[in-house]
Amino acid sequence: MDLMLLFFIFVLAGFLGFELIAKVPSQLHTPLMAGSNAISGITIVGALIASGADDGSTLTTVLGTTAVALATINVIGGYLVTDRMLGMFKKKTVAKKEDA
Amino acid sequence: MNLLSLINLAYIVASILFIYGLKMLGRQSTARRGNSLSALGMLLAVIVTLLDRQIIDYTWIITGLVIGGAIGFACARLIKMTSMPEMVALLNGCGGLASLLVGWAEYGKIQSLGWAHYLEFFDGSNKPFTSTVIFLAVLIGGITFTGSIYAFGKLSGKLSGKPVLFGGQQFVNGALVLGLIVAGVIFVIHGGQGAIGTNAFYVALAISLVLGWTLVMPIGGGDMPVVISMLNSLSGLAACAAGFVITNNVLIVAGCLVGTSGVILTMIMCKAMNRSLAHVLFSGFGADTTSAASSEGAGTVEGELKSISPEDSYSVLEAARNVVIVPGYGMAVSQAQHVVRELAEMLEENGAEVRFAIHPVAGRMPGHMNVLLAEANVPYEQLVEMDAINPQMPMMDVAIVIGANDVVNPAAARDKSSPIYGMPIINAHEARTVICLKRGKGAGFSGIENQLFRLENTRMLYGDAKATLQAVVTEFKSVKA
Repeated sequence: MDLMLLFFIFVLAGFLGFELIAKVPSQLHTPLMAGSNAISGITIVGALIASGADDGSTLTTVLGTTAVALATINVIGGYLVTDRMLGMFKKKTVAKKEDA
Repeated sequence: MNLLSLINLAYIVASILFIYGLKMLGRQSTARRGNSLSALGMLLAVIVTLLDRQIIDYTWIITGLVIGGAIGFACARLIKMTSMPEMVALLNGCGGLASLLVGWAEYGKIQSLGWAHYLEFFDGSNKPFTSTVIFLAVLIGGITFTGSIYAFGKLSGKLSGKPVLFGGQQFVNGALVLGLIVAGVIFVIHGGQGAIGTNAFYVALAISLVLGWTLVMPIGGGDMPVVISMLNSLSGLAACAAGFVITNNVLIVAGCLVGTSGVILTMIMCKAMNRSLAHVLFSGFGADTTSAASSEGAGTVEGELKSISPEDSYSVLEAARNVVIVPGYGMAVSQAQHVVRELAEMLEENGAEVRFAIHPVAGRMPGHMNVLLAEANVPYEQLVEMDAINPQMPMMDVAIVIGANDVVNPAAARDKSSPIYGMPIINAHEARTVICLKRGKGAGFSGIENQLFRLENTRMLYGDAKATLQAVVTEFKSVKA
């Protein structure tokens, strides 16, 4: 793939990120952070390729497999914990009902 | 359609899901679905990656997925809501280290396959470019990893939350950065080959890890919201760099989204403290004032500390019609959120209107207080942001400050010599009566004396917040019975 194209995508994604996040209310900052944190686990894609590619070197396999495990912790932990937090944010009516 | 096009198409769909997921995370009503959508995108990206032509052996992949999945699942289930900042720091660290290892593993492949063969997998890429982005992935990933581990240590109380300063700290950091640049340049020039190239790589790796540690070291616990946001941003950028190594669009898009969202949160946090990022990172805030306060040099505070019993607090609250509760990190420490909600309900049954005033940097991560109160079933309509509550403060009969300190310190508005001068605060001191819950008489985390505690209309309710609030609630119950 053309390298300039990759840069182009990088810059556009940056602007998109600013637009998406700039107006998030402060009460959602923690879930937003945990959720975006889970997205940064996308490095798992690189880890999978590194772990599965057999170049005959043990080092690569060990590094790749560790990377897969760590990225999976990041992804699974991040999404589940965000879901747990968001499940707690309730409107007054709903909150009262569940108390009863 | 060939396999490669199919994979790339799926990556585009995954990117769309991430973007939509993030957008939906920004609104209360859609947030949870947004998170699920983004998780779906991740699942899709993982599945199609398994079809990649480079992948030959699945044994180790499955091993890694199972181990990581089990740990991640257990952590997410077992973690207490009060420990959320540590959890996020730890997850950041995992992401950063994973990106570092991806960069390292790609470098390992280059060494075993040779550049010519390696670059066949990535048309359009070339030696200097790939070396540079491998260096960046290792650098950013390394800083994210050790920085997050140090932040985790501070947040969980395993390491002292006080800023750690030593003579020539800036000099040491400067030298490390310089060494890093030199190692990076050598690595790129030699394409990581030969003894020089290999050594340059390991030197860069080592320095990155040390640098993450020394960068977070001088930052105090009160500044952790900024640090966490920044590390979050870096973990995204590390993934981005790894994406450039393997010329993968979805890594670049997703990493960059996380990177910018972290930058925005960092800026919001800095603004809420009226400080620049450079000041947060390099000033060792709080360290100098601690020594000043202990030598009784902080002569700006005057007036007596007047304590109040839970019984008398009850009498004050019983008569109140408008009550505002200002929570801080102390509420998280004593796990008082549930009893706080109970008190709020008692007050409402008693005919009072109760609101929670949330300062943007209260607690140890952005939105920390909101999560805790949500856990205790406080409806989010009752949570009011700083700018909305301040104009109404003079109408409040009672302000209950629970384990908050700097965010209600009037010195920030009045005293030009105060280290926190200029920081926007919640004007709790404007309420008719202020009840401050505090563990003891010492200065707060930042080491700055708080004038609020000595005002004419302030009463101090000493003790563990959970226990004292429980006492007030019991008083309410016994009178009603």
